[in-house]
This record gives sequence, structure tokens and C-alpha cells, in this order.
Amino acid sequence: MTQASRRTPLYDLHVELGGKMVDFAGWEMPVHYPLGIMGEHQHCRNKAALFDVSHMGQVLLHGDAAAAQMETLCPQDFTTLPQGKARYALFTNDTGGILDDLIVSNAGDHLYVVVNAALRDQDLPLMRAALTDVTVTELTDYALLALQGPAAESILAPLCPAAADLTFMQTIQADILGSPCRISRLGYTGEDGYEISIPNDNATTLARALLAQDNCAPAGLGARDSLRIEAGLCLYGNDISQTTTPVEAGLSWAIQKRRRTNGGFPGAEIIQNQLQNGAPRKLVGLKPAGRAPARAGVEIQSAQGAKIGEVTSGGFGPTIGGPVAMGYVSAAQAAPGTDITLIIRGKPQPATVVALPFVPQNYKR
Amino acid sequence: MTTYYSEEHEWITVDGDTATLGITQHAADQLGDIVFVELKDQGDEFSQGDDIGVIESVKAASEVYAPLDGEVVEANETLADNPASLNDHPEGDAWIYKIKLANADQLDELMDLAAYTDFIG
Repeated sequence: MTQASRRTPLYDLHVELGGKMVDFAGWEMPVHYPLGIMGEHQHCRNKAALFDVSHMGQVLLHGDAAAAQMETLCPQDFTTLPQGKARYALFTNDTGGILDDLIVSNAGDHLYVVVNAALRDQDLPLMRAALTDVTVTELTDYALLALQGPAAESILAPLCPAAADLTFMQTIQADILGSPCRISRLGYTGEDGYEISIPNDNATTLARALLAQDNCAPAGLGARDSLRIEAGLCLYGNDISQTTTPVEAGLSWAIQKRRRTNGGFPGAEIIQNQLQNGAPRKLVGLKPAGRAPARAGVEIQSAQGAKIGEVTSGGFGPTIGGPVAMGYVSAAQAAPGTDITLIIRGKPQPATVVALPFVPQNYKR
Repeated sequence: MTTYYSEEHEWITVDGDTATLGITQHAADQLGDIVFVELKDQGDEFSQGDDIGVIESVKAASEVYAPLDGEVVEANETLADNPASLNDHPEGDAWIYKIKLANADQLDELMDLAAYTDFIG
């Protein structure tokens, strides 16, 4: 570690709950609790799980030009994003690569932005440089809790009735336990659920109130990872990076029509060309035939034995009951059903390209 | 029968010149939910320190290191279909190998239960 680990406002609660604390992006975070990754994963799919994601960067953009100027950094449409709506977005670079993925919400008089923990030191200067007459404020006095799973609504609604009325990717400001919160119906598990931005001082009280309900268990980063892989969601640094384009990563859906046509974002020429003509490689789901998990870095070969790519995320999928992985393959090998070979510890293991997600998304539309 | 323990969190019980090898409950607890096991075949010979198998949990892959020289007499084949049994009974039914010891003197380098209990603190 090059710098001292940081702790979220929920640190003491994690320790009290028996969380196994590890360093993650410079933060001391729970990788799992006594229930274990498998149990926490299943609890999220079947009932609900509470994650501390306060390490992520929360940023407020105040200023009339914020939406228009964010469009110079991202291939998303923010100027027509309705108030109360959140949108998945990407910072791109001049070669069409991805600098970070983020969520941008129209909060009425400002944009509310959530960026990856490890990249706040890149993203804040990036926004401060590009956004003129816009105040860029990091929200350091707010924690972020993710309540995820089919029981999320029934757990949160008694504390915040308005939460029940939200649909996927909607966001509101509302009071919870007497403190002003932002509640957004989204997440990183493939399940229905919420992310709740709450003042640091009240975060532990809210977490305890949610965990007091039978259907809610705390879950750590381990389950967060296995849940998002099964949901086919990209992890920055693994599945997307400065050298992968949105089109290669299967994120073309996140680029709205006006932006595809008009460009005006970093790397537009390359990304527009790939949108039109296809990308040379694609991020796909990979289902190993055997039981051996294929983790990041495993070589992917064609059935004929030529190297065609690498696994970028993978492990055991508790809901699938077997190994699941994602990785890049050349476009010619990217169709679902294509037989490929994974080289795991030097041994070839058969696998098949499959459509993502592995587990159907369970969002409230 | 005496049980010996290695710093790599394995146990070995010795009965004549054959021994049974497994991982300790402490190791299983640290690994978390075990989902995959890959073992050597009967007749494979190995030296102390060799990588003689892989145990994967939901979290990560871990090697099994040979605590001494020997030869695989039998690998526990039930583990392939039921890797989770390593979490439940790592010091019982979920043993990993029956081995033939090549050099019984190497047992002296291992710990007894009291020393191992101390070792894991």
C-alpha cells in the first residue's frame, strides 16, 4: 500500500458484524462476513443484502452548463436526461478507450455523479478541467449503502415510503430516519434494489435499521463480485479499461442515438466507426464445461488452438452452481454457442461462448 | 496413529509406511466455500514442497504443497463431485490423499497438535 487505508463511516459496524476486512482500492472494506461469500450471494438473490459502497466517489456538479459539458467527456446524452433519472455513463479517451464508468443522475438543480473508488483522483481533475462555470464538489460527508435483492423494496419502504414508487434508474431526494438522503433504484447485482446516499453521521443507524429486518443480511465485496459477474456487469480495471472501447465491451446500448450520430466526445471517430462496422473483438460470457473456475488472465483459444483472447473476470457463480467467466474474443469467435478452449493452469478446458447475463436481470421496470 | 501438522495447514496421520493427508479445519475456514478440487493421480511421485493439487474457493485458488516426499496411493475421488465436503469434514471423510512415505524422517520436521494450535494462534 502506498498510502494509509481509509475507512468508511460503517467500519466499526463491519468489525462488529465479523467482517473480514481487506484493502480495496486504498479502503479497508469487508470481503465477507461470517455467512460467507456463497451465503451472502444467495441471500442477495433470494431475499436482500446490504453492501457498504461508501468507498465510491460521490460528486455534485452545480451549474447550468454541467449536462452539456459532461457530454464533452462522455458519449452519453445528459442534456435530455429527465429530472429524477439516472444513467450509466463512461468517460472515454482519445483512442476510444474507457477512463472510468459512472452513474450520472439529474437531481434537478445539479447532477449527482458516482465514480469508482480507485479513480476519483483521475475523475475529479478531469471534470474540474473540462467543466467551466460548473462547481465540482466531492461529497465526502455522505456514505453510500446498496440494498439489493427482491426484498429490498419491502425492507426500505417502511423507512421511506417514496422508495416503493421508484422504478429502475429513477432517483429521488427523501428523508430517511430524519436525515436527507438520495435514493436511487439501481445497483450492481442484477437484482432489484437501491443505492442510498446518507450523511455519514446517520449511516450506521440506517444500516442497523435495515439489517434488523429478517430478510436483510450484510454482504461484502466477494459476493458483490460474484453477483455482478453473473449479471454480466463490467468491472473497471478488469473488463473495461483505457484499451477497451465501449463497443468492444458490449456497452453500445449505453450510447444514445444523438451522440452516435453527432459525436463530440473523446474517441468519437473510433467509437462511431466501430458502432457502424463492428469491433475487432468483443466481451462475451464464457461457460466452462467442467468445474474448474477460469479467473482473470486465463488464455482463451479457438477450438483450433489459436489464442483469441483472455478472461477478464471469472470465478464460481453460486446461483449458476458452476464456473462463470467473461472475456474478450475475436469478433469471429464471439457468437453464442461457439466452442472455445480455456487454458487453466496449463491444461486446456472446453468452454462455450454464451450470451450475457448468466442470471436474468430482475429490475423493477 | 499420530497426527502431524504442516505450516501449510495440512494434517498427516501415519499408519506404518502409509499416511493420510488432508487440510486442517483452520485452512478450510480460511479458504471459505470450496468449489473445486484438482488432484494428482494414483502412482504420481512427489517431493517435499511440490505443488500436489489445487483447491479453489469462491474467493481464490490455493495450491496444496507436499509436506514430505512420497507417492500417491489413492486420491479421494469424492472431492471432485462434492468439494464443499472439504469445508465440512476436512479432518475426516474429506481427506485428500493416501500416500506412501518415501522418507519417514521428514515427519520430524512437522508439528504436533499442540505446536500447530500455537502456530495458528
